[in-house]
Amino acid sequence: MTRLEAQHLTCAYGRHTVLHDLSLLVQAGEILALIGPNGAGKTTLLRALARLLRPRMGTVLLADQDIWRLRPRAVARRLALAPQSEGVSWPVTVEQAVALGRAPHRGWLLPYSGQDRQMIEQVLVQTGLQELRQRLVTELSGGEQRRVILARALAQEPQVLLLDEPTTHLDLRYQTEFLALIRRLAQRDGMAVVVTLHDLNHAALCATRVALLAHGAVVASGPPEAVLTPDCLAQVYGVAVVVTRHPVYGTPLVALVFDPRHDSSQAGGTALPQDTTFSILHTHNTPLSDAREHDAESNHNS
Amino acid sequence: MTPRTSQPVIGHGRVALIPLLLGLLVLASIVSVAVGAVVLPLPRVLRALLQPRAVGVQATDATIVWDIRLGRVLLAALIGAGLAVSGTALQGLFRNPLADPFVIGASSGAALGATLAIVSGFGPVSLAAFVGALLAVTAAYSIAEIGGVVPATALLLAGAALNTFLSAIVSLVMLFNEQSAYAVLNWLLGGLSGRSWSQLSASLPYMAIGLSVLWLLARPLDALAFGDETAQSLGLPLGRARGVIVAAASLTTAAAVAAGGTIGFVGLIAPHAARLLVGAEHARLIPASALIGALLLLVADDVARTALAPLELPAGVLTAALGGPFFLYLLKTRQGDFGARR
Repeated sequence: MTRLEAQHLTCAYGRHTVLHDLSLLVQAGEILALIGPNGAGKTTLLRALARLLRPRMGTVLLADQDIWRLRPRAVARRLALAPQSEGVSWPVTVEQAVALGRAPHRGWLLPYSGQDRQMIEQVLVQTGLQELRQRLVTELSGGEQRRVILARALAQEPQVLLLDEPTTHLDLRYQTEFLALIRRLAQRDGMAVVVTLHDLNHAALCATRVALLAHGAVVASGPPEAVLTPDCLAQVYGVAVVVTRHPVYGTPLVALVFDPRHDSSQAGGTALPQDTTFSILHTHNTPLSDAREHDAESNHNS
Repeated sequence: MTPRTSQPVIGHGRVALIPLLLGLLVLASIVSVAVGAVVLPLPRVLRALLQPRAVGVQATDATIVWDIRLGRVLLAALIGAGLAVSGTALQGLFRNPLADPFVIGASSGAALGATLAIVSGFGPVSLAAFVGALLAVTAAYSIAEIGGVVPATALLLAGAALNTFLSAIVSLVMLFNEQSAYAVLNWLLGGLSGRSWSQLSASLPYMAIGLSVLWLLARPLDALAFGDETAQSLGLPLGRARGVIVAAASLTTAAAVAAGGTIGFVGLIAPHAARLLVGAEHARLIPASALIGALLLLVADDVARTALAPLELPAGVLTAALGGPFFLYLLKTRQGDFGARR
């Protein structure tokens, strides 16, 4: 059974501690969305989970094995990271870039086999890149480069997929397609997915579980409807929001509203409902409940 | 990003460019054997090459071809290939289009070794150059190492500082040893005058090892193009890969410098020319780069031998004189898909 578990992770860059005693677990078929303000430690957490950053304390277990006791290639055969962006030094073709995802399976010296070619073909189709295969990565648009990064990660045939901000800077169409693809990978292919997201509505739409990070710790985790609440969000982000329901899926829908103290025009003249949560900003000081108790089956599978 | 309509870059798997380059190299080698103080017609060259002992082949032809020219021609090709591949690997490792075989200290280490050998009259110059090059790279590598990790930038900086330092010592040694300064300068300029089979057989084993190891490491070099973290997340043991690439490139460079002195520019421009022709995938780039480097130095040495005959120019001066403008031309005309972009 695929599972990726972080136990009491403490990570630091130099003297600056970024993650404090953080624990989490993600299993096959789950999508865990990491949300939280800038600097909360989301990307650092992904790097620690991907064996790129050695934690000061704590362990990361991949199928109950410490990833730092496994060889890098053994980890890369089961776990793939799709970074937010990467610089490419030379003009390589899309196909060559994606093919590198086979390296953990094929090794660094042997030529790619027919099986590798088949897998490369499959992920090119899956990510809609088959038309672009001979194009140079350096000539692609930002969204196309994202797809190349994801395709290479999928070519690794991972059981655990780590995605860093896969929807940022993408247009509406690719946002939707990426989220749908991520859901398919988890639901149909049984991958365990950890994804950092800035857009809370993206988290609400695709995640089976959401972990809200602040200052390097998980302050709330559970199904989206348990974490994406005005209370939780206001405490961590320091702004009031309105949470309604998605008109189609019934999942939480987070709407931004302007603080009336700073903006008297009332956002387009629409009257705000009276029971919204501006008061939280000033009065809230009860600790957030760890929503892990509610962490049963998520019930928004459309 | 240039809005060029995306034509597939020349030769991405379409034309068999590598066999073409190989054919060109064979042709250039035969022509190179023909030209010199005495120009031999090609049929006589071929006959002397293929059947040196056959009746009807003049003994002088066989001597010129086999004893004088062929060894030097092959040596030029080998040195050119070695410098080009070493440059390709180091550009790939550092993700830097300006890297060449000498960035991490090999040239200045070799220069100091050779200078000391020439000035003291002690021991073979090429052996001293070989040892000097390897020592300098080892020094740069261990200076850059911090807690078992060798950051690429630190290695580049250590190499640059070491190059400056060692060159200063070479200059000092030359200043205090005027009588051998000309011999030292001649070595520093790099060239193949009077070199032949013995240098070839001395360099060949090291070059063969270095070149094959670098070709084998084509895929790690491909992965490194996407950054250290991506390469690592694909399972590449970064430190070990980096160490092996540096060691193989240095061995190749040291053998090349020991045989031909510090010949500049081949290791810088051959990789770029090859990248424009066959693309950036190292499995194809490395052989293409080797062939182009071999061709470049072969042609440069032909010009060096014949342009002002019987006077010989240092081939290193020619590669720089021809290579510099060519590089600038490439830079100006192919800016769009030339070298590194982030």
